[in-house]
Amino acid sequence: MKAVAKTLVFLVLVFFLVLTAIELRPFGKPKKSTMDDYIIVEGQRETAANNLVSAVVFDYRGYDTLGEATVLFAAVSGVYLLLREAKK
Amino acid sequence: MIEALMQNLPFVVSALLFVIGLYALLFKSNLIKMAIGLSIMGSAVNIFLIALGYKENSIAPIFTNAPINGSINAAKMAMPIPQALTLTSIVISLAVTALMLSLAVVVYRHCGSLNASKAWRLKK
Amino acid sequence: MSGLSQIVKTVSLVLFVPILTFGLYVVAHGHLTPGGGFQGGTVIATALALFLVAFGAKEFKRILGKDFLSAVESIGLLSFGALALLGLGTAFFANFLANSGGLFGKSVPVGANAGIFNSAGTIPLMNFAVGIEVASALSLVLLLMYLSEKGVGK
Repeated sequence: MKAVAKTLVFLVLVFFLVLTAIELRPFGKPKKSTMDDYIIVEGQRETAANNLVSAVVFDYRGYDTLGEATVLFAAVSGVYLLLREAKK
Repeated sequence: MIEALMQNLPFVVSALLFVIGLYALLFKSNLIKMAIGLSIMGSAVNIFLIALGYKENSIAPIFTNAPINGSINAAKMAMPIPQALTLTSIVISLAVTALMLSLAVVVYRHCGSLNASKAWRLKK
Repeated sequence: MSGLSQIVKTVSLVLFVPILTFGLYVVAHGHLTPGGGFQGGTVIATALALFLVAFGAKEFKRILGKDFLSAVESIGLLSFGALALLGLGTAFFANFLANSGGLFGKSVPVGANAGIFNSAGTIPLMNFAVGIEVASALSLVLLLMYLSEKGVGK
């Protein structure tokens, strides 16, 4: 009974996910995004970096990268804590 | 319907990839398989984000030897912000995967089993 | 004798330097070509993983200990934060070196160009900081997972 309910919920979820993906706005035709257009036009002059993704990661959205580096550090600390050397 | 499906094929592919990960998460009880499912779901979301930022006939947002001449046309370059945030998301999913796998190791050592429905009964 | 056979050891030593060089290239050119600190750090970590698998944990620990790797990781994170704080005259994470003419301070011509290495301000420095952090973090995780196996690396 539990397995049947689980399968049913799963199939309904799959149906709506795929339907959403089909009915989404057409691929390759996003709405005009003022922020992205500003970064493409002005980013090279402001940060002097040719790679705009790097410019966004380390300059415009530096806070995100700082948080991400902290998450990586915390995860490695967690792994260090969990996998202490096995007792001999 | 078929035309919309062919037009939106990248979105559909990422949805199906997400479904594969969800299947592993719901129907498998092995902790390693569940970790793999969660990683697949993360990859599906990353693909979806990248696909959202793509413009038709656009190039990567990098100016080094870019095939553009004259002034910069913002409609000819893919959006940089979804790509940058996907980069963030990839590193975080990597950290989460490392933590999940070490938790699985600890659970196996403590309970002698990787089965999620058995492992919560603490042995000893 | 720890590690794998002599053939694997020799081949991994042959491959080690090119992989390391490629990783450093990806880190250093993060502001010009696709790539950056995270990607390049991961490439460097794969070189260290190859070394770890081929030579075993004992040899790896003799060269790069756990304490050393975690110290390098902390240094990477702290220097990233310090570089962000240095721009505090304008704002947190302000790119104070860009277009200033000094270190990494050259302006680039707007539009497509061949790429000037000495440009982009703090972005290459942050790429280096994040690169060493990611490389040491990943190799630390791999080393810990390797060592947690019972009876390895006594």
